[in-house]
Amino acid sequence: MSRDQILGAIRRGLKRGPLPADQRAMLDGRLAAHPRHLIPARSRVPRAEQLALLLRNVEKEFGSAERVPDLAAVPAAIADYLAAQNLAPRFVLAPHPELLGIDWSARPLLEHAARRAEPTDQVSVQHGYAGIAETGTLMLPSGATRPATLNILAETEIVVLRASRVVGAYEEAWDLLRAELGAMPRNVMFVTGPSRSADIEQTLELGAHGPRRLHVVLVDDDPAGLGAEDPSAPPGV
Amino acid sequence: MPVHITSPRFKENAARALANPGLQKALGTAKGAFLQRRAAAVAALPEFEQLRDIGRDIKNHTLAHLDFYLETYAANVERAGGTVHWCSTAEEARAAVLAICQAAGARTVTKGKSMISEEIALNAHLEANGITPVETDLGEYIIQLRHEHPSHIIAPAFHLNREDWEADFRRAHTDLPADRVFAERRDILTEARTRLRERFLAADVGITGANFLVAETGSSVIVTNEGNGDLTQTLPRVHIAIASIEKVVPTLEDCTSLLRLLARSATGQDFSVYTTFSTGARRAADLDGPQEYHVVLLDNGRSNMLGTEFQDMLRCIRCAACMNHCPVYGAVGGHAYGWVYPGPMGSVLTPSLVGVDKAGHLPNASTFCGRCESVCPVKIPLPKLMRHWREREFERHLTPASVRANLGLWAFLARRPGLYRLATRAAAGMLGLLGRGKGAFRSMPLAGGWTAGRDLPVPEPGGTFMARHAREQRARRR
Ligand code: SF4
Repeated sequence: MSRDQILGAIRRGLKRGPLPADQRAMLDGRLAAHPRHLIPARSRVPRAEQLALLLRNVEKEFGSAERVPDLAAVPAAIADYLAAQNLAPRFVLAPHPELLGIDWSARPLLEHAARRAEPTDQVSVQHGYAGIAETGTLMLPSGATRPATLNILAETEIVVLRASRVVGAYEEAWDLLRAELGAMPRNVMFVTGPSRSADIEQTLELGAHGPRRLHVVLVDDDPAGLGAEDPSAPPGV
Repeated sequence: MPVHITSPRFKENAARALANPGLQKALGTAKGAFLQRRAAAVAALPEFEQLRDIGRDIKNHTLAHLDFYLETYAANVERAGGTVHWCSTAEEARAAVLAICQAAGARTVTKGKSMISEEIALNAHLEANGITPVETDLGEYIIQLRHEHPSHIIAPAFHLNREDWEADFRRAHTDLPADRVFAERRDILTEARTRLRERFLAADVGITGANFLVAETGSSVIVTNEGNGDLTQTLPRVHIAIASIEKVVPTLEDCTSLLRLLARSATGQDFSVYTTFSTGARRAADLDGPQEYHVVLLDNGRSNMLGTEFQDMLRCIRCAACMNHCPVYGAVGGHAYGWVYPGPMGSVLTPSLVGVDKAGHLPNASTFCGRCESVCPVKIPLPKLMRHWREREFERHLTPASVRANLGLWAFLARRPGLYRLATRAAAGMLGLLGRGKGAFRSMPLAGGWTAGRDLPVPEPGGTFMARHAREQRARRR
């Protein structure tokens, strides 16, 4: 059988038989401990700077971002964003309790449906699980409350992310996921900016098969993130 | 369906490439773009050099325990509700994919970019069995329209110009109105997006490659910028990931460290737009995702490289930095290499996978300038490995006596870089004189074994690759 054939060939190449029990135990230990390697210094900065780094990196990667004081301010932010982009005030919403709990009637013209995305959806509003400041990356694990289709089918994806969910490095996001979700969900997407291609003459063009626009609405729920050194922090909070 | 290999004709291929104005234009346009972007990304990360050592060490650790990590990986895939198909050969892998497609009653399959799919010539096999494969990566899509093979491992259409795209789209999309404008690259992208959307929605099976497999979690990882890979693996009822055995890494942390190297080395991005970890099939409560998840795990000669001087090559993460920085690749493009993997990594890997008898010329496609090794994110000693192949070819007496004698001379010169440069420059000048007006040689004093039955190209007026390269470098600096 091919499995045994392949494993046998590997062992012949490595000039040994199956690993002895003590070595297997050592490797199992490494898997269980999953040690971190070097983490670049760039994301190890005070909280307020970390948030600013995330937003800077989102924009560097051709996304856009804004900050709102709380979840109640999200409908207005989305309505204004869609109007500014000349998009219809209609979207598919991730059925996540945090988003479902928002009083959307504050903006009666906004229509939404909470479900997976369909090909006809033009705009999706996704729940951000974590933000990674290092590269302006959003971590979006799939599940009943965060369908993966919201990340790929709509032309415009808006991600609502709480500031308290922003970490410096990918490793910190993995730790959150391990602690909170236990096992790996079916799909974990890391999204860094809107889709693009450089296949035509090695020149970057935005808007390939995924969203053409990616907009992050950062909800400032983290007092430590509102340092005075951050000029974009809302005054008086 | 046998894989068509033209590597034995590398020299003719290279000559044709040098004489092809369209290709030379495309190579000229592309040249520099990758290099500058990579250099900027690397400069912006002070820890990059340390990360290269870490990347090398992670891969070395994994290869030394490859049996353990593959078994762990497979057990975790199955725990998450997926199926692993172990395949020793390309033939077995083709059969495994076909069987899954047939069981799913598939008529069309969408495909994300996968070099393993090219390696096993999957599309031809599916077509021969009545299943339509649709490439969805923009570059792969036009390559499929043109019935060609990719010329670069991350930029399949590296050899094409914008005019080619427009002409091919007008030819293939017959319902396009004649007045449809393709003035901008954006127009080409929009046309492809619209066409492929229908295909994504109609497909019964989605096939992707994998940049990494994670033993700890049983995940397959794809890295893309377009989002086509995610549409491919999310929308159809069945997802098949095809991957070779050396793609496995132990943990999410190991994978993360390698991901910090991959995009920077490949496209000069800090991170690719979509990096997606897939683990098993749709969960009970999920609202989307495939019902079936399969991994086709391919060996195809790789296990034979373990324990040999070519084991280091199995660290490769397919970033393409080595070909982007290679003066030979930059002059002749990817197709000249004659098989799936071009550039320095291909010159080492191809003889390992298809046999030195068919690909023995590839390790000669080098100026031994060392740039490939200096940019390789996992520090593969590519020039040394190419030299090993030449020595092996020599020792095995695969080449006629005259070539062996000349290779002996070559080895003598190669160990003395100054002399080597002088000698090749002199030889190129001499060939230019001898061959003037003929275009190609039928015989040549130093390489009787090569030119018997084959034409050797007359060197470009510009001299050797190294001389040309040095001149271009000087010109760029000005
Ligand atoms: S050999 Fe190194 S540089 Fe070349 S593709 Fe592989 S990892 Fe990248």
